[in-house]
Amino acid sequence: MELLPIQTPRPGPAAMKPTEPSAPPPGGLPQSSARTSGLFDAIRRGEPFQTAVHAGVDGQTAIVEVDDFDLWYGKTQALHEVSMVCPAGKVTALIGPSGCGKSTLLRCVNRMNDLIDSVRVGGRMRLSGREIYDPGVDVIELRKRIGMVFQKPNPFPMSIFENVVYPLRIDGERDARVLEEIAESTLRSAGLWEEVKDRLDASALALSGGQQQRLCIARAIAADPEVLLLDEPCSALDPIATGRIEELIHEFKGEYSILIVTHNMQQASRVSDFTAFMYLGRLVEFGPTAEIFLQPQLKETEDYVTGRFG
Amino acid sequence: MNREAAVTTARPAPRERTPRRRRVRTGGGPTNLVARGQPMVWLTAGGLVLCLCMVLGLLALVFSQGFATFWPGGLVEVRLHDGSLHLGEVTRVEDYRPGPELIAALPEERRAEVERELAERGGLATRRLLRTGNYELTNEHFLWVSDFEVADEQRPEWAWLVERMAWGRFYGTPRSFRIDGAEVATEPARIAELFDEHHGPVRARWHERRDLELHDTGEVNARLEHARLALREVELAHGADSAEWNEEHARVTEIERESEGEFARIRGEIETLERENGRYGVELVTADGATKTLRLDEIVRVVPANRLGLLGRVGVYLSRWKEFLIDEPREANSEGGVFPAIFGTVVMTLLMTLLVVPIGVLAALYLREYARAGWIVSAVRIAINNLAGVPSIVFGVFGLGFFCYLVGGSIDRLFFEAKLPSPTFGTGGILWAALTLALLTLPVVIVATEEALAAVPNSMREGSYACGASKWQTIRRIVLPRAMPGITTGMILAMARGAGEVAPLMLVGAVKLAPELPLDGAFPFVHPERSFMHLGFHVYDLGFQSQNSEAAKPMVFTTTLLLIAIVVALNLAAITVRARLHGRFKGSHI
Repeated sequence: MELLPIQTPRPGPAAMKPTEPSAPPPGGLPQSSARTSGLFDAIRRGEPFQTAVHAGVDGQTAIVEVDDFDLWYGKTQALHEVSMVCPAGKVTALIGPSGCGKSTLLRCVNRMNDLIDSVRVGGRMRLSGREIYDPGVDVIELRKRIGMVFQKPNPFPMSIFENVVYPLRIDGERDARVLEEIAESTLRSAGLWEEVKDRLDASALALSGGQQQRLCIARAIAADPEVLLLDEPCSALDPIATGRIEELIHEFKGEYSILIVTHNMQQASRVSDFTAFMYLGRLVEFGPTAEIFLQPQLKETEDYVTGRFG
Repeated sequence: MNREAAVTTARPAPRERTPRRRRVRTGGGPTNLVARGQPMVWLTAGGLVLCLCMVLGLLALVFSQGFATFWPGGLVEVRLHDGSLHLGEVTRVEDYRPGPELIAALPEERRAEVERELAERGGLATRRLLRTGNYELTNEHFLWVSDFEVADEQRPEWAWLVERMAWGRFYGTPRSFRIDGAEVATEPARIAELFDEHHGPVRARWHERRDLELHDTGEVNARLEHARLALREVELAHGADSAEWNEEHARVTEIERESEGEFARIRGEIETLERENGRYGVELVTADGATKTLRLDEIVRVVPANRLGLLGRVGVYLSRWKEFLIDEPREANSEGGVFPAIFGTVVMTLLMTLLVVPIGVLAALYLREYARAGWIVSAVRIAINNLAGVPSIVFGVFGLGFFCYLVGGSIDRLFFEAKLPSPTFGTGGILWAALTLALLTLPVVIVATEEALAAVPNSMREGSYACGASKWQTIRRIVLPRAMPGITTGMILAMARGAGEVAPLMLVGAVKLAPELPLDGAFPFVHPERSFMHLGFHVYDLGFQSQNSEAAKPMVFTTTLLLIAIVVALNLAAITVRARLHGRFKGSHI
């Protein structure tokens, strides 16, 4: 995957004078000849528009399907008619400026947003063809099929071993041999085994930040999930630790289906197979990563990925 | 779409900036004092110093007074100008302004000289408080002696301080040692020797006798009581004179007959011991020449105060501390030990902790983890915080009305009907006291636990939920362990508050004297209905209810010292537990 040159963000005309929008594009449909501000302004005004989906997405087996998905925090709508698929065995990156709803969308997959009282959702979402938001869905069962890694490493205040086998413990697994086997294989997959094999009983909180995050990844894959959600997994880590996590994501390709939120364009371009660009709660453009970064259909996407906006 | 073109056309024109106006620093000189913040350092340090001074002052007072209580001083014999002789221990010295009637009472030839001395000192004279004891002879425990009244003063070598079971202390000089009424020694040194030889066995017999009176008699009594209660129960169930009643009555009569035999045996044993002990006595002569024969078994300890060297004094001091810590009180609590009070305090505090911590933690868990935030939760939280501000005596009144009378009364009617009208649970007891104090300290635990729960990072909860854990699994495996140090802190605060509380206890079960401990060897070993002694109440009782207030005063400080020591010990134990818990989160940087 090609590394894009780092460019300092330069505000485009739209960002400079947000209160003075230029003429909206006719019909609100994306047009390549429109000025950069056009589509974003239209989105800001709430005009309907069509997500630009690349042809490269067709023909992939979907593990997560999102259909016309809406989400409200109280009266504020945070996601608008998002429709996309996460191809099985591939890495899908969600990019976009802060507050665009990428983390919200990610947390909808394992229904973490249920923990917030004011959240309402509309539309449909499916995991391996099974509805996520049907009334009869057992949320706990659903979450056991999904692994999740958070922005800040959040190992539990217990030993390294207990951290890794936590998903199995809460599932009622008591067989010490099974637990040990899974702990070892999982820690090996997460590239942490060699570093911690002699101190599995030590507190997980004594590990370094990067090790803690890899421990959290090990925990997330311990129960063999169908999909792995990574919510900016490297934003609290130094470049070396970040590099190790990215290596892991590469190794996981094919084995796990990964949905990753990232603020780092280079990271998205390096690790992902597909990229979705979101803006203000809408999915703007979705396609194979190489196309999104090199031949985006929309000028707005290009401005964002090259760092001219956002 | 041409990428090259896009890049060139999108380059924005440089924005025109209006220069920001900069504030001109006034003053111009070096940074002034207020800005440097130096006065605030002094102010805050001053506040801390003030707090430290108050705490250290209190501790210094309690320590100095509390530790001095048991130190044996020398005995002084003073002859006054009116010719009277007094022997005693100096307990206090102070300056005062003597009234004219005191001067008028002096012999005429002294009067002028004393008035001159007084005039020189501006009307002030010095007086000493002598503990003279011998209450049955003089009707006084203490005597103020002004220096100008004293004609002659000496320290008689053989003066004895006798601590005894009743009537307070006796001060005198040994005259003879008697066995079976006959003088066997008159030499003080020989008397002391004989005393040391016989006192041990006599006291052993006395303890044996007390054991017989308390335990053996108590056991027989308990069996009798039990049989009579069984009979009463049968009477309540089937009516008097029914077949069952007659059968039971025959059994009770049988037990009563057996008990008579037991009592006769115990009485016989007691009489034998009593007769043996009655043989030994020591005759003492007081300063004013009266004689008194004391039985050896009445004497707890003899201190030949003026013959003791430093080591001897330390020995007496330690022996008095030992008695204080492990013996039962005597002489309206102003002498003897406070063991029942120590025991009652510790048991009550632990029982209270056992009751308050689970309830408080569960309540806090619901408030913080389950309850949907809203005005009801806020109102409950405010109400709990206000509960901490309710005067403790109000809790005492509530405890008496609700726990003792309502709950306890109901228990009595349901399970102890045969014993009515004398209450079992329907009066103050250690269980009700512990429950009342648990209510009192509940806000402390709830607030501390809530804060500890709130301090658990949400990222941990999310991590657990994301693993597919249910709410309860998350609380039990992640939230509670993480919040445990904070919960322990709440427990420590509650214990400290509860151990020091006195006012509500007066209403719900603390008593002046409780010979039976709430835990003992008699079935069923735990007696939650029994009233108990408490160190805090003991301090109050000594300070305000004692007839011999001068003698009780130093005991107030000693008991206070002990209470502080126990609270500190309980806290240290809890802090150790917390430190262990903290160790598990070592290296946490989240």
